[in-house]
Amino acid sequence: MMENLSPNQRAWRRFKQNRPAVISMSFLAALCLLVLIWPLFSKPALAKLLPVGMTHSPVELTDQPFAKPDMTYWMGTDVNGRDLLSRIMHGARISIMVGIVGALVSLIIGVLWGAIAGYLGGWWDGSMMRFVDILYALPSIVFVIVLITTLEELVKGWFTNAFGADFAQYSRMIFLFVGIGAVSWLTMARIVRGQVLSLKNRQFVDASRSLGAGPGRILFRHILPNVLGIIIVYITLTVPSVILYESFLSYLGLGIQPPFASWGSLIAEGAAQLNPVRINWWLIVFPAITLVSTLMALNFFGDGLRDAFDPRG
Amino acid sequence: MYYLKRIAFLIPLLLIISFLAFMLVRIAPGGPFDKERAPASPEIERNLKAKYNLDKPLLEQYWIYLKNLMKGDFGPSLKYRNHSVNDIIAQGLPVSLTLGIMAFLLAQGFGIPLGFITAVKKGGVLDYGGSFIALLAICIPGFVVGPLLVLIFAIHFGMFPVGMWETPLHAVLPTLALGLYFGGKVARLMREGMLGTLNSEFITTARAKGLSETQVLVKHAFRIAVLPVVSYSGPLLADLLVGSFVVENIFRVPGIGVFLVNSSLNRDYTMVVGLVLLYAVMLLVLNLVVDFAYSVLDRRVKVG
Repeated sequence: MMENLSPNQRAWRRFKQNRPAVISMSFLAALCLLVLIWPLFSKPALAKLLPVGMTHSPVELTDQPFAKPDMTYWMGTDVNGRDLLSRIMHGARISIMVGIVGALVSLIIGVLWGAIAGYLGGWWDGSMMRFVDILYALPSIVFVIVLITTLEELVKGWFTNAFGADFAQYSRMIFLFVGIGAVSWLTMARIVRGQVLSLKNRQFVDASRSLGAGPGRILFRHILPNVLGIIIVYITLTVPSVILYESFLSYLGLGIQPPFASWGSLIAEGAAQLNPVRINWWLIVFPAITLVSTLMALNFFGDGLRDAFDPRG
Repeated sequence: MYYLKRIAFLIPLLLIISFLAFMLVRIAPGGPFDKERAPASPEIERNLKAKYNLDKPLLEQYWIYLKNLMKGDFGPSLKYRNHSVNDIIAQGLPVSLTLGIMAFLLAQGFGIPLGFITAVKKGGVLDYGGSFIALLAICIPGFVVGPLLVLIFAIHFGMFPVGMWETPLHAVLPTLALGLYFGGKVARLMREGMLGTLNSEFITTARAKGLSETQVLVKHAFRIAVLPVVSYSGPLLADLLVGSFVVENIFRVPGIGVFLVNSSLNRDYTMVVGLVLLYAVMLLVLNLVVDFAYSVLDRRVKVG
């Protein structure tokens, strides 16, 4: 039976046959939905209908610090007696957002830079890649520290003027989004450039050039689709690594600031509480499980997309 | 010839990097003497600044720094004032180098075979199991793995000592904590490279002319498939050699990774620039080696 399907429809069919990828996609969709509606649960009207473990607010202080997980606090409480489950669900917003925005920023810069350098070759390739070398050679952590400490006050003041004082507390978050993205594009550029370099001498590129295609068309229609697999795999490596980078910054005290929390800052708090005398295991285990399972789902999802859309497959 | 040109190019490159690093730490507000135990009187602070030439114009400071650098002197640390930056690097670098090379070998030795096998056995049990392990390795943050390794192997089983850097046994847990993450990354790049290569026409040709499957996989496919790993190895090794803040911090390894982060937080200007330059030299040299290896492995890449 012959069917007329567009390449995207065919890709979607292939994707649906990949069991781990479909499960991961449902997991991610369910997580996003749950994270979005979670704050509603503490509203009195809904709270009456729900089990008590789901109705805590992340800022609610109790007189039970380090409570073990039980029916009231499903994941236990932290050093200040705040419900951990609720903090994780609220932290998810920030972690997911940092990951997506950071990865997008690095994707756009990295792919354009690498593809253009690789395609133009010669002098352009040399100087553009030397620029990447220079940035590579400056450890990104120094960059981020300087970026956060210098520009934050400036932008905070600017935000206060433009949107009012309430908005100023978000300036750190926006810095993390853009800052982490702006230091994560280098590897993407190198990988894309390496691939473009070995693809542009292939026959199919010569063929399309002899048919009269311009550089833009060759690059975007013929070369980049062939690099798509590596780009998607690398972006699935970038989203988690951006989330990890944020957690590392939180570990240093430079990441998300209280009262906000991200999974990274929750794990960092939990790791600080790990000691042989009194093991408050839930403080690190639950945020770590949430983070790791989300990152793994992202990876399986990305792999599934890659296998489905890869033109060589 | 091409490589000679690249090597000659390193010197202006390092000059630019030293200048950028020098200016970058100076832009940040605050100074190296802000966190002194006793708040210094303005006069003391002025004297301190004069002693370290911090009161001169920025460009002149850079020029002085550069002149000392030519003599191989990175200057005094502004935070640990009894030590020069040279001292601190001389003490910490061998430790970080040892740890870094071991972690690198672990990452490659674990990642390349794992990526190779999962690609060859695509869709099988080995693929799912192996890919799951590689994924798990890159999804757990170092500051979760580190404390967990300590709790399980050092405290619970008492198999390995922690907290010093004396016998080879001290190196086992930090190497694991550092190497596993990168091993997972290498495995994923290797698998991707191998899958792409196995679909190429030259593999079909090699099979068609009757080569054994082992020969096709090892002699033909592997050479090309390993390229993404090769190009990732340069930055990977540079990262590992200069040390890792998290692992060195958790295991109390006396390397230089801890200094890189702390000195930029403390605005220890000379230390930041010194360590950034050290990192830069390693990275640039390693990238050169990587590019050379790339052109040897993949003859399709034209050099120069």
